[in-house]
Amino acid sequence: MSARAPRETSLLPGLRGKGAGATGYLLAIMLFVMTVTGAAGLALANGSRLVAAASAGDYVVQLPGGADEADALARFVAAQPGVTEATAVPRAEVDALLARWLGPAAREADLPLPALVEVRVEGRATALEAALADRYPGAGLAAQAETLAPLLGALRAVALAGLGLVLAIALAAAAAVVLATRAALAANRATIATLHGMGATDGQVARQFDRRIARDALSGGTLGSLLAILLLFAVSRSGGASLSFLVGGARLIDAGDLALLFLLPPLAASIAYVVARATILRDLHRQP
Amino acid sequence: MIAAFDHVGLRYGTGAEVLHDLDFKLARGGFYYLTGPSGAGKTSLLKLLYLAQKPTRGRITLFDEDILALPRHALPALRRRIGIVYQDFRLVDELSAYDNVALPLRIMGHDEEEIAGPVAEMLDWVGLADRATARPPTLSGGEQQRVAIARAVIGKPELLVADEPTGNVDAEMAGRLLSLFSGLNRLGTTVFVATHDLSLVKQTPGATLLRLDRGTFNDPTGALRHPPRREAS
Repeated sequence: MSARAPRETSLLPGLRGKGAGATGYLLAIMLFVMTVTGAAGLALANGSRLVAAASAGDYVVQLPGGADEADALARFVAAQPGVTEATAVPRAEVDALLARWLGPAAREADLPLPALVEVRVEGRATALEAALADRYPGAGLAAQAETLAPLLGALRAVALAGLGLVLAIALAAAAAVVLATRAALAANRATIATLHGMGATDGQVARQFDRRIARDALSGGTLGSLLAILLLFAVSRSGGASLSFLVGGARLIDAGDLALLFLLPPLAASIAYVVARATILRDLHRQP
Repeated sequence: MIAAFDHVGLRYGTGAEVLHDLDFKLARGGFYYLTGPSGAGKTSLLKLLYLAQKPTRGRITLFDEDILALPRHALPALRRRIGIVYQDFRLVDELSAYDNVALPLRIMGHDEEEIAGPVAEMLDWVGLADRATARPPTLSGGEQQRVAIARAVIGKPELLVADEPTGNVDAEMAGRLLSLFSGLNRLGTTVFVATHDLSLVKQTPGATLLRLDRGTFNDPTGALRHPPRREAS
């Protein structure tokens, strides 16, 4: 007797590639785009957080027309409670700043230049503000965070847009899985009818497809994500510290973010499994 | 009774009825031949019998269950009690002959160890032991038909429904298949065969011949509605 038992326990081990084969390729492309977009969004969100944290507590004291009093103003500010650092902006820097707008003649002009003092404050700056109002009534105290607020807001908005794009791509991936599943069902319609005729339950029929689709999604998604992360590495290496996504400098993407990105393929496979199974069961339910 | 049709009608979509006022019973352990001209509705009747189609009117009782009243999830259990030989075989091209024959047992949840022996034996019986690993596209029409029959009977069904089961085999194989059906019938399987080959009827003593014409039976004596009781010995 030459008959032998098959090794696979699946009812239909040969169905691979019939109808559902495109899922892996589709998911590879989508996970590539999703990973790059997600990484960019995370980098922007982290970057805006880093800038906000770095500028928190930074202030500039400005005394209009008081350029000659800059050192005295700095000493006064440094003596106030909560102030950890106070540095007068050197006259040369103020001149250089003005020269950008007025040209070299700005040095000779008799302009009422302000005194500028860069200050770092621990905690709230209300005491300093009160002291300044008392001693230097014309002085102003400006928080760096307020100056940077529009930029940080824009960064956060772009990061949110990145998250939205990731969700949109996930939805598109789910739609692609639905289409691939329907194609697989259409390609195997006769086989499904035969299985039903032999008493296969909807669950048994669904299992012939959903795990296969999830496997394809996982392998395609992993490939896409790995390629995306390799690309990000390459970009970070070639761009140096200014484009430091993964290495060096500020580490705009840390280990936790990387772990999140590596979770995308299994997440995509899980979504593919659920979407494929729901699509299959819904389709089968319409049959007698 | 294994099946009872009570004023059953069937139409596809909004078309005319292809079956109407079918009123008959199949006794448990009976052997039935269904004949009729092409287009008489034989395949539609078989579809109703193996639960691939629901009637548009009337009532069908199968294994003492009203199939119209059954929830969808209860149908697979009934279908596992039926063996089907399709006219077009409906083998799964991606599977070997062995795997095709093993399918009903796998669907029932049997282990591979339990499956190997019966499947090999069945393939041997239909003369395909040496073709176990061949896929259907590489088999001849007759070989495919034998695989289809082996698949239909491997689960020892209570009801065997066959659509032209001897259409693609030679006279010798037809005789062997008929003796297989008769053997199953003696073991208690109710056999329902749609065929154009009336010589089969002559080779099956005690079989009941049903003639379907234009979607209904001519049953002036009422023998179809009230058949003699025949229980398996």
